[in-house]
Amino acid sequence: MREVAVIGIGITKFGELWETGFREMGMQAGLAAVQDAKLTAEEIDALYVGNMSAGRFIEQEHVAALIADYSGMARDHIPATRVEAAGASGGLAIRQAYLAIASGQHDIVVVGGAEKMTDISDTISNEIQSSAADQQWECVFGATFPALHAMIARRHMFQYGTTREQIASVAVKNHKHGALNPNAQFQKEIEMGTVLKSGMVADPLGVFDCAPNSDGAAAVVLCSMDKARKYTDAPVKVLASAQASDSLALHSRADICTFEATRVAADRAFAQAKLERKDIQLAEVHDNFTISELLAVEDMGFFPKGQAGKATMDGQTTIGAKLAVNTSGGLKARGDPIGATGVAQIVELVQQLRGTAGRRQVDGAKYALAQNVGGTGATAVVHILGVA
Amino acid sequence: MTTARFWRDNQTRYNLMATRCGNCGKVTFPPRNVCPVCHRKSMGKMKRFQLNGEGEVYSFTVVHEAPSAFEMQKPYVLAMIRMDEGVMLTAQLIDVEAADVKIGMKVKATIRKIGEEGPGGIIHYGYKFTPF
Repeated sequence: MREVAVIGIGITKFGELWETGFREMGMQAGLAAVQDAKLTAEEIDALYVGNMSAGRFIEQEHVAALIADYSGMARDHIPATRVEAAGASGGLAIRQAYLAIASGQHDIVVVGGAEKMTDISDTISNEIQSSAADQQWECVFGATFPALHAMIARRHMFQYGTTREQIASVAVKNHKHGALNPNAQFQKEIEMGTVLKSGMVADPLGVFDCAPNSDGAAAVVLCSMDKARKYTDAPVKVLASAQASDSLALHSRADICTFEATRVAADRAFAQAKLERKDIQLAEVHDNFTISELLAVEDMGFFPKGQAGKATMDGQTTIGAKLAVNTSGGLKARGDPIGATGVAQIVELVQQLRGTAGRRQVDGAKYALAQNVGGTGATAVVHILGVA
Repeated sequence: MTTARFWRDNQTRYNLMATRCGNCGKVTFPPRNVCPVCHRKSMGKMKRFQLNGEGEVYSFTVVHEAPSAFEMQKPYVLAMIRMDEGVMLTAQLIDVEAADVKIGMKVKATIRKIGEEGPGGIIHYGYKFTPF
């Protein structure tokens, strides 16, 4: 297998982008990434697009060819492939590109991720997100995506004594980070009381425990390591790419306080990268709900099970600590345009490893990790990147 | 959900039908054709049987922001229930105040209306749970 590097990144602002359509967002992020890598169109071998549900959000399928077309790549007839794994679509698209290059099939691949979620009502948008869960055996009975995560939160509180305040501290911390990110949907710090008093969505989770509905796109250019230095003096190396799956329905798991897919993908990634947990200085994790971030950092072995709440509240995952989690603001504050999220995580890691993350820069960042989750943990993708 | 998609699973939704692997004894709900533990060894040995309908609350939530089909029911209690046979499922808890629901609470299944396909459409029935 060949080594793979990231040589270009691009991202749109995340939020309610009423003036920008799906294809324009995808094109903007893609072109920014291609410009960043100083590529010409003829050098691109393939395009992968992470997208969860354009068919339901904007009634448009076949979006990989669409993005290729509007990015000016249709003329070169490059292969354009859409990748779907609900919330993990973006991370999985990156993994497909990684595999294509590592295998020797392609040299340079553009990966985009995009979702347009605010052209429809919040109610419908939430229903589409719930389709990542088991429609026949969860949603039919009234389960929603927040409700399933609320049951994880309540069980975590019951099993480990995690407090409501500890869970809420994830939102406070991620808004603090988001306030430093000019592309974030929410660039405003919030108080603990705001989270605790926010309107109830699914008890115990309120509005401020949930990532927002967002529009946005992100893109990266991957390249074989041996060619990367032709394009950049600062390639970022993909040290590991791992993926795991689990039962679709949350109730089919022996323990809902652990996402086994996350645990397994992280173990595989650390083995591939030949790194230990303590080597990682920053991690972008899938905080689609506050409780999800606690599970993520526990399941990947950064904190013992049941200890992440206290650690987060104590500031052990804030920028400046040994491990900074969700420096971009995470899904909570940066925004969560579903298909774009896993790609945006990689964009953040690359900015940090290049030392260009501005006010949210983690000093001396050398190794960084991204964890991207689909559904209630039925898919997990973990990437580890490092300074080359 | 369309009529046929719902109708196909009616036996399971009305009668809480599960499967037990004839090879390892693992119980699965809803019924499966292949045991997730034994794989090929279980083929042709998956025995259908009816759960006894009793279990306890493993976790729960009160849903305040509901899908459009459940708009008139909110807020409602949704729970994950560990059945006596060991499998878990997701269902609404009814005939109980949200404040009185506790993890570990004993509950039993009852057949209720789950939803309908519009005002003139077919009514869907299935399990909900009550304390006992």
